[in-house]
Amino acid sequence: MEPIRTLRSRTVVLAASDIDTDQIIPARFLTTTSREGLGEHLFADWRYGPDGAPRADFVLNQPQARGCSILVAGHNFGCGSSREHAPWALTDFGVRAVVSTQIADIFRSNALKNGLLPVIVEPGAHRWLIEHPGAEVTIDLDSSTLRLPGGETVRYPLEPFARYCLMNGVDELGFLLEREAQIAAYEARSAAA
Amino acid sequence: MTAPLTLFEKVWRSHEVVPEAADAPAVLYIDLHLIHEVTSPQAFTALRERGLRLRRPDLTFATMDHSTPTRTEQVFGGAPISVEAAARQVHELERNCEAFGVELLGLRDARRGIVHIIGPELGLTQPGKTVVCGDSHTSTHGALGALAFGIGTTEVGHVFATQCLLQRKPRTLAVNVHGRLSAGVGAKDLILAIIGRIGVGGGTGHVIEYRGETIAGFDMDARMTVCNMSIEAGARAGMIAPDETTYRYLAGRLRAPQGEAWDAALERWRQLPGDPGASFDRELDIDAAALEPMMTYGTNPGMVIPVGGTIPERAGDPVFAKSLAYMGFAPGERIQEHPVNVVFVGSCTNGRLSDLRAAASLLRGRKVANGVHMLVVPGSQQVKREAEAEGLDRIFIEAGAEWRESGCSMCLGMNGDLVPKGHYAVSTSNRNFEGRQGIGARTLLASPLTAAACAVRGRVTDPRELM
Repeated sequence: MEPIRTLRSRTVVLAASDIDTDQIIPARFLTTTSREGLGEHLFADWRYGPDGAPRADFVLNQPQARGCSILVAGHNFGCGSSREHAPWALTDFGVRAVVSTQIADIFRSNALKNGLLPVIVEPGAHRWLIEHPGAEVTIDLDSSTLRLPGGETVRYPLEPFARYCLMNGVDELGFLLEREAQIAAYEARSAAA
Repeated sequence: MTAPLTLFEKVWRSHEVVPEAADAPAVLYIDLHLIHEVTSPQAFTALRERGLRLRRPDLTFATMDHSTPTRTEQVFGGAPISVEAAARQVHELERNCEAFGVELLGLRDARRGIVHIIGPELGLTQPGKTVVCGDSHTSTHGALGALAFGIGTTEVGHVFATQCLLQRKPRTLAVNVHGRLSAGVGAKDLILAIIGRIGVGGGTGHVIEYRGETIAGFDMDARMTVCNMSIEAGARAGMIAPDETTYRYLAGRLRAPQGEAWDAALERWRQLPGDPGASFDRELDIDAAALEPMMTYGTNPGMVIPVGGTIPERAGDPVFAKSLAYMGFAPGERIQEHPVNVVFVGSCTNGRLSDLRAAASLLRGRKVANGVHMLVVPGSQQVKREAEAEGLDRIFIEAGAEWRESGCSMCLGMNGDLVPKGHYAVSTSNRNFEGRQGIGARTLLASPLTAAACAVRGRVTDPRELM
């Protein structure tokens, strides 16, 4: 995993609340056995018309979305299934952070493992971001702040361990593998009980 | 004296390999890892890439359900699986389980079924266990007093390699259900009403414990329906304290403890229910007696009303308007009497024997309305055999419904069982998201009883009209 310290990008906005994982990546694309190439199918049913052509009225198809790595989304983003294909599709498309007022538990956990930053901001800042698509913002991990174009900063909560992993490009599996002695001791205790 | 603990806290504490600290999550031990064909391939790849072994194949159990066909000729008759990529996925699971020594219930195994149906059915799921699976409806297993939650594929890899997960301790939410459900109202109506009340994000960050005399009076099938949809309220896990109903259900099951081991297990399990005075971060009270048959009208499970109710108005809410436009509904409209094209009875929510009995009770001696396609898909091959032994299959077939082999089927559009674009499907599954059952499909979630009533009349129907 690539370390992330700061992200600076214009935002792309999907204002709808409760955007579920079936929208992010519909189930028919889950028959893959790899994690690559899912960006093409990101938001497939919103992004493409019945003939397969991109819909001009969908924001991710518009020129201003090109190169944006910060997605601002409505409340409760990523609800629904546990499919990690959702963050895989987003990161493959180039999204590195999702900003919302609430992000679903399993999606959030999956996002962190793929270098996709879940950023929870308070409703005031969120409203401003929703109303100003394309705003140039900076997300800083070390200080856990999001800086708006006017220089105002808002703090967002980020669990210290998750921050450490993201900033250092550490994956959790390495950390768990180092706990082998404790795991074996736990198993010995349980077997004896 | 130690502080009183909830059921969740007891299970959590007994699985801490390393307790959580300010700067690190807990290392939590996993007793049972269920896997299936869709969310495991990339985790096996991760093991191979890092040269790691699968630490506890004996605690890992595989089945195939999501992308598998339900047509008998495709399961047993040698006809090709219609979705080519799904066939590849099934074969990859076979190869991976073989290579890493994981027990797999293959496509033609008599014990195969939807992962959340067979875990309890085989007695693998037990009170006090930690159970994970790369599937959000793993919450189902909490009905037996297990701490069970869905995980992503990277975490599947973590459990493969270490039998552990890094987890922050969630908050607790008690949902206290009191009073007696009236005739025609069941567990599905209850959980839909709860989700309607707290919203699809209302349980985020929490483990729900369902309590109260209504829950205590439920059989295991009903309890599993309730816990199954905890995730639709945003809660990763739902739990119910084990009791005599739980122990009776488990006794004698294939993988449940036997003999002396059973007695020892029973003694442990009896310690699990929450201590008197244990407190929750939040509590919610539900009056079961006031509930009616429920049905969703929108594109998430929180958009739900009584079958006889009216779609609310939310002026100035573009998301709500878009959802209703997708469904072809208008604010202030009633859903009752709306024509129905498809009826699906099945899924990990409502694919158990008592669900099929409920649907059959309304279909007995009746016909599925002209023009309605009804699909009945048992949750496991065992459920299928038990239903057939009771003659339920004949009732469905004589009514004009299709009777299939077990699998996730029409709950999610990835195995060939699809709702056509624009069609209205009354479905006993768990998600009415846009496109969930097929591109442009319009899903109305309901109980098996309501679904059967809708099939008979070809219109949205309160099942009490036919009882």
